[in-house]
Amino acid sequence: MSHINDTEITDAVVAEHGLTPDEYQMVCDHMGRTPNYTELGVFSVMWSEHCSYKSSRKWLKKLPVDGPQVIQGPGENAGVIDIGDGYAAVFKMESHNHPSFIEPYQGAATGVGGIMRDVFTMGARPVANLNALRFGHPDHPKTRHLVAGVVSGIGGYGNCIGVPTVGGEINFDKSYNGNILVNAMCVGVARTDKIFYAAATGIGSPVVYVGSKTGRDGIHGATMASAEFDDASEEKRPTVQVGDPFTEKLLLEACQELMASDAIIGIQDMGAAGLTSSSVEMADKGGVGILLDLDEVPCRETHMTGYEMLLSESQERMLMVLKPGREPEAEAIFARWGLDFAVIGELTDTGRMVVTHEGQTIADMPLGPLADGAPEYDRPYQATPKASEFDAGLLSGAPDMAAALATLMASSEIASRRWVFEQYDSMVMGDTLAGPGGDAALVRVHGTQKALAISTDVTPRYCFADPIEGGKQAVAESYRNICATGATPLAITNCLNFGNPERPEIMGQFVGCLEGMGEAGRALNFPVVSGNVSLYNETNGTGIFPTPAIGGVGLLKQLDKAIGNRFTENGLEIYLLGNSNGHLGASLYQRDVLANDEVFAPPPVNLESEAAHGALVRRAVDKGLLSAAHDISDGGLAVALAEMCIGHNIGAEIIAEGDIGFWFGEDQARYVLAVTADKAADLEALADGLPLSKIGITTGTELKFGDTVTISVEQLHELNEGWFPALMQG
Amino acid sequence: MQASVIVFPGSNCDRDVAVCIEAAMRKAPLMAWHGDSDLPKSDLIILPGGFSYGDYLRCGSMAANSPIMREVVAQAKKGAAVLGICNGFQVLTECGLLPGVLMQNKGLNFVCRDTRLTVTNNKTAFTAQYDAGEEITVPVAHNEGNYFADDNTLKRLQDEDRIAFTYAEGDNPNGACLDIAGICDPSGRIVGMMPHPERRAEAALGGEDGKRMFSGIVEALS
Amino acid sequence: MKATIHITLKNGVLDPQGKAIENALGQLGFGGIDEVRQGKLIEINLSESDPEKAEAALTDMCEKLLANTVIENYQIHLDGEA
Repeated sequence: MSHINDTEITDAVVAEHGLTPDEYQMVCDHMGRTPNYTELGVFSVMWSEHCSYKSSRKWLKKLPVDGPQVIQGPGENAGVIDIGDGYAAVFKMESHNHPSFIEPYQGAATGVGGIMRDVFTMGARPVANLNALRFGHPDHPKTRHLVAGVVSGIGGYGNCIGVPTVGGEINFDKSYNGNILVNAMCVGVARTDKIFYAAATGIGSPVVYVGSKTGRDGIHGATMASAEFDDASEEKRPTVQVGDPFTEKLLLEACQELMASDAIIGIQDMGAAGLTSSSVEMADKGGVGILLDLDEVPCRETHMTGYEMLLSESQERMLMVLKPGREPEAEAIFARWGLDFAVIGELTDTGRMVVTHEGQTIADMPLGPLADGAPEYDRPYQATPKASEFDAGLLSGAPDMAAALATLMASSEIASRRWVFEQYDSMVMGDTLAGPGGDAALVRVHGTQKALAISTDVTPRYCFADPIEGGKQAVAESYRNICATGATPLAITNCLNFGNPERPEIMGQFVGCLEGMGEAGRALNFPVVSGNVSLYNETNGTGIFPTPAIGGVGLLKQLDKAIGNRFTENGLEIYLLGNSNGHLGASLYQRDVLANDEVFAPPPVNLESEAAHGALVRRAVDKGLLSAAHDISDGGLAVALAEMCIGHNIGAEIIAEGDIGFWFGEDQARYVLAVTADKAADLEALADGLPLSKIGITTGTELKFGDTVTISVEQLHELNEGWFPALMQG
Repeated sequence: MQASVIVFPGSNCDRDVAVCIEAAMRKAPLMAWHGDSDLPKSDLIILPGGFSYGDYLRCGSMAANSPIMREVVAQAKKGAAVLGICNGFQVLTECGLLPGVLMQNKGLNFVCRDTRLTVTNNKTAFTAQYDAGEEITVPVAHNEGNYFADDNTLKRLQDEDRIAFTYAEGDNPNGACLDIAGICDPSGRIVGMMPHPERRAEAALGGEDGKRMFSGIVEALS
Repeated sequence: MKATIHITLKNGVLDPQGKAIENALGQLGFGGIDEVRQGKLIEINLSESDPEKAEAALTDMCEKLLANTVIENYQIHLDGEA
């Protein structure tokens, strides 16, 4: 059998590895010679879009990443923020789009598993999972199957490992018919003096592999054409990994146990590009070199080549660098949890990554260029043309208000997600104060009186119509959802899902969304601390809606002050906070009531108002004035009111008057607030000139708009609950 | 009194239930590792929820065969009180301390939601602080909670008053026979239940209906 | 006609269930086990009496629903005695 490194590096081999001729020339220059096959493989994954952010880096640098609350911004496994009293919140969101389309259960499951590893690698215990999902049109033949598989996979992994899934969001749109989005977010809690980083230091320190064994999972099909395993049968090699949440649970507990000691110097999850990426990142960040002996790597399959071991994406594995001499105690911990533990190398002073296998050196590469040498592309972009304002002429012949509200309550975007979230264990760990269904989830910091407020948000149809405003709005909505619980927004993670960046109009969407996100993050003191970019989300040349999902985290200092988004009793006075300009462009009313998919301008975002109104809500909660608060988003004021009624079957009489735009427009920076009568005056005084007006009172079991429109809350509830089960029954 | 929480690889409600026991007992329980073949003598043994051994093969089957379960069975036979919650209930049926089996939910999906329960037997070691027939709200979270036993066994459970909890009418989340949510052994000292009382034991988590399970057993054993 | 379909994970695909069973068997003292892999068995009664047509229909069922050929293999056994 010939060695894989004997394979000649032809133009075709370079192309199969996804490197352009120019990039290949750069590799040769860095190497000072032609790379062998293994080295080419390593360069190709390190310089892939996924690992190097080569198309997006220029723009990511413009995002706000600093603030007094930030302990660790982008660049590590996850972002870290200070939540006081020696605690930190550690969080990140990541995409697993393509695998989930091919194998929805395993794709989604391994997405959840991967993001949890990113968080617990940092020394945190994961305390909450959320996920932002986008599926194709509800009537598309694949949609139901994909929803069922993805939901089951998310539950299957999160439920088993015992981390509650507390929230998220789901959209349906035909732009995702051939390319669904599965974005998983995990939030963990750590002690600020026990944060672990990737950087590996100390020449001679042992490099240790722990977790599951390595198989040929996830290695790109194109690289399978080697002579060494062409006897492999007609089976197409899997590129989708299988998740094992049970092993991950053991890995989590074993890592936590070892982290309680001081034996670890650096630790890194083996995620995308597996052993290659983790070892390169650890050694490069520590400014050292690394020597790996692949003969020591625990393998699940026989006759694996060094190339395969380096590129395998088998799940539930970690790489760590220990203090010399601490291997026995670490090994004992992993053995107790039934996990593999192997010393596979050591740190060197060479600044190079040297890999041996079966007595031969199979790769010898400079670390700097591997980690940071990928070209940064300034891809041409074309700004998205400004969309025209909504055409009011479309409203002639619009259905009456009751019919419109009924349509929206049973819309794919508004309908209750109960069918989904009841499949997730949202309560395990005993700290979920508010699970799915609220504006933001609330999770207590274990053993304290504090809680984290967490929300995921983006409105892709706004981003498509106007990337800048859409990018701003995603951040602003996350901010509002957190404020609505009474919590103070602290920082965000993002998962930027776009089409092919080589097309200028797609790159224009990307640039626009990031501009908007950056502006909003700066204005709201809501910096980005971690994130992920997923490009090339398209099928047959049709890109998805630009979907920069935002995961926001806030802090509620006294959890007993938290409020929900449902009316709690009769006799509450209902207030509308924020200006209503009747903005119907890109609204759900336009899409689902008027059944119109023309592109009109989405609602503009006034960041000063967002900050001021958010601050008012937080102050009001802090003073104990509010009984409930709800952000106004999809479907506008009427839908927000209906949702507040449904929770406890409490009706309302609305005295405010307005037109279609008033009831269903999606103007930003608005909340519905509910207060007991004795506190109304205090709330008005607190508002101090902000646009706050009383619009009604809670009473009975019907939602009444003036004298003309009356709908029973029970009917609203049935409409809202019925849609999802009906979709899934087909 | 000595309380022990058995920790299997894959248990994930061990901490949650330990918090409740500590609150009731004012002393932390012993966390006993599955691989240990001796268990300090315990008055109360809890088999917590989770996915022991990943719930692979059959839920609870591999945990039921782990070394520490031989000790649990032996101590149970000598009179220790045992509570199996969710996966712990599955372990109790797999190891033969309780009859029947927990099959996959009728709806084929994992279900996590509040259920209304009727306390059908308030004479077990764990339910004395409830009124007979009292309705309480406690959440479930499981994929295999559909209690099944043959007709003779079901009749025996009824005749011997061994059904501890039933799902209230119209609120059976999994298709369980006779709406059974929890059962006990003839002595009433061994109880298995699918709902999670430890998740409803403080007001901040939505209610305290589950708390009396823990205060009740501590009172009974003190 | 009765058909039996065995669905197994492809070689090289991680089988967490098989691995856990293997470990548990070892703990119970069963020696000499190299590997355990778990699959599914599906029995289908068909009204079709022509084996070729039945096989074609079953293959279609496997490809479209019963197996995910990204990670699973299937084998169809026809038993004419049903």
